[in-house]
Amino acid sequence: MTRSARRNLRNGLLFISPWIFGFLTLQVYPILYSLRMSFTEYTGFNDMVDVGLQNFTELFKDELFWKSAYNTLYYTALAVPIGVVVAIVLAIAMNQKVKEVSLYRAILYIPSILPVFALSFVWIVFLNPKFGLFNRIGGAIGLPTIDMLGDPAWTKFAIVLMAQLGAGGPALIFLAGLRGVPVEMLESAQIDGAGPVRRFFSITLPLITPVILYDVIMGLAMGLQVFTQAYIITSGSAGSGGSIGGSAGPQDSLLFYVFYLYKCAFQYSQMGYASALAWVLFIVSVVLALIVFKWAKSWVHYESE
Amino acid sequence: MVMCACFFLPFYQMLITSLKTTEELNAYPPTFWPRVFVWGNYAAAIQYIPFMRFTLNSVILAIGVTIGAVMSNSLIAYGFARIQWAGRDLIFFIAIITIFIPFPVTIVALFDIFAKIGWVNTYFPLIVPAFFGSGMYIFLMRQFLMELPKEISEAARIDGANEAQTFLQIILPLMKPSIAVVAIFAGVACWNDFLTPLLFLNTEELYPLSIGLQFFRSEHNVAYSLLMAASAMVVFPVIVLFLAFQRFFIEGVTVGSVKG
Repeated sequence: MTRSARRNLRNGLLFISPWIFGFLTLQVYPILYSLRMSFTEYTGFNDMVDVGLQNFTELFKDELFWKSAYNTLYYTALAVPIGVVVAIVLAIAMNQKVKEVSLYRAILYIPSILPVFALSFVWIVFLNPKFGLFNRIGGAIGLPTIDMLGDPAWTKFAIVLMAQLGAGGPALIFLAGLRGVPVEMLESAQIDGAGPVRRFFSITLPLITPVILYDVIMGLAMGLQVFTQAYIITSGSAGSGGSIGGSAGPQDSLLFYVFYLYKCAFQYSQMGYASALAWVLFIVSVVLALIVFKWAKSWVHYESE
Repeated sequence: MVMCACFFLPFYQMLITSLKTTEELNAYPPTFWPRVFVWGNYAAAIQYIPFMRFTLNSVILAIGVTIGAVMSNSLIAYGFARIQWAGRDLIFFIAIITIFIPFPVTIVALFDIFAKIGWVNTYFPLIVPAFFGSGMYIFLMRQFLMELPKEISEAARIDGANEAQTFLQIILPLMKPSIAVVAIFAGVACWNDFLTPLLFLNTEELYPLSIGLQFFRSEHNVAYSLLMAASAMVVFPVIVLFLAFQRFFIEGVTVGSVKG
């Protein structure tokens, strides 16, 4: 190694040393430490008692574990595809050539940067069957009143709808993708007689598949860790008597995985069991991301340059 | 147009609800426009909970996190973008992968670790991690730094500047746009954060707004108009920030994502 190469290596490591330190202490160590905890019974106060694989075997018999896993996968399976479609539609709207487009763009984007905790409160009011605008408007066009947050069949869909307020962020990325589609390609397709719908599906859509992949991966990661909305909406539901986190929505329909993990660790003081839950989440996230990447090879279009 | 209306409706609801009297709120059918505007709801919301205290706490946290994020990520991104060293690309790849590790995976262990060093119920667990950089912001700043011509650094080196001098005197001043992007995103993310303060804080005096808003729910009822007034006040600064720095928000979202 030459002197300058050695100097560069030293300087490079020096510059990134805060990241190395943070990576080791705030990510690698906690993940390994929770693996260690997952083999113990631990309340946070006592000494850890080794119990071998007991937490993991218990987990598979735990009804609430399955319930929360089901709720989370159900939510993610709905939220990710709907989110992609909404974001693309928003991006197309943001791409219209009208004078007020920058105003529209702002209105569509702003909700995505607003705090979820505040939006959750707004959502409680908006979906309220008595004075919420949602049911008023639904009623005006002839839909029956739905108590979205009170009916276990609808609660998760209510959260999916709420997540769409955040579609403005990904929409901006799709917008950049739309702008990257060569105009000549669209024009020559038009000359060949392809209508706007045909042009979108045959030219635009294949060209923005890398953005779709990015959005799916991000959506998956966000979907698996959905927490704040459920925590706020359920601890406010009538009847829970202010006992924060006491319920998880009607029939536990909003008991998402991270919500359950949180309850186990910080309300039931089962740190060992919660660590086992954390590890399962870690493995499932990695596996799902790998599956999506593998699967993406068959539909993501990369320019062959 | 229709979509804009859909996106605007919940916020319209927030505003009208925040301005109604309790009687009007409970009246049926609900009104689309408040009969009397009760601006007093906003003043009442500030007094109903220690709103000013919570706001101050949120601001303190956001400032701490922003400073940490700007300092650490610009250093780290420089190390990844402007110095050529063995193993760099592999380590950068690892840094990017960490973006996809769900934060909740680490919360149980982090809580226990922070409890053992006496950091629970202090601001350390909320602010200190920002000083060690984060994958997303490193990526963003690196992307920006890669676009600065190499010649700038080479000229500095010929003039006898070492790496630290090149960074501080030449590159850092050129990084201002990317610093603005990271500062804005880190600040807003901290303002919006709910889970971290929920985990690590447990006394009222330390709560930021995200936790403090829960206090509008007493045992039996929810003070909806006050809650909506408070929500409007929480949301408002973010909207102002966006309107003031629109360019940086859009740059931050789209940078590199198309090719990446």
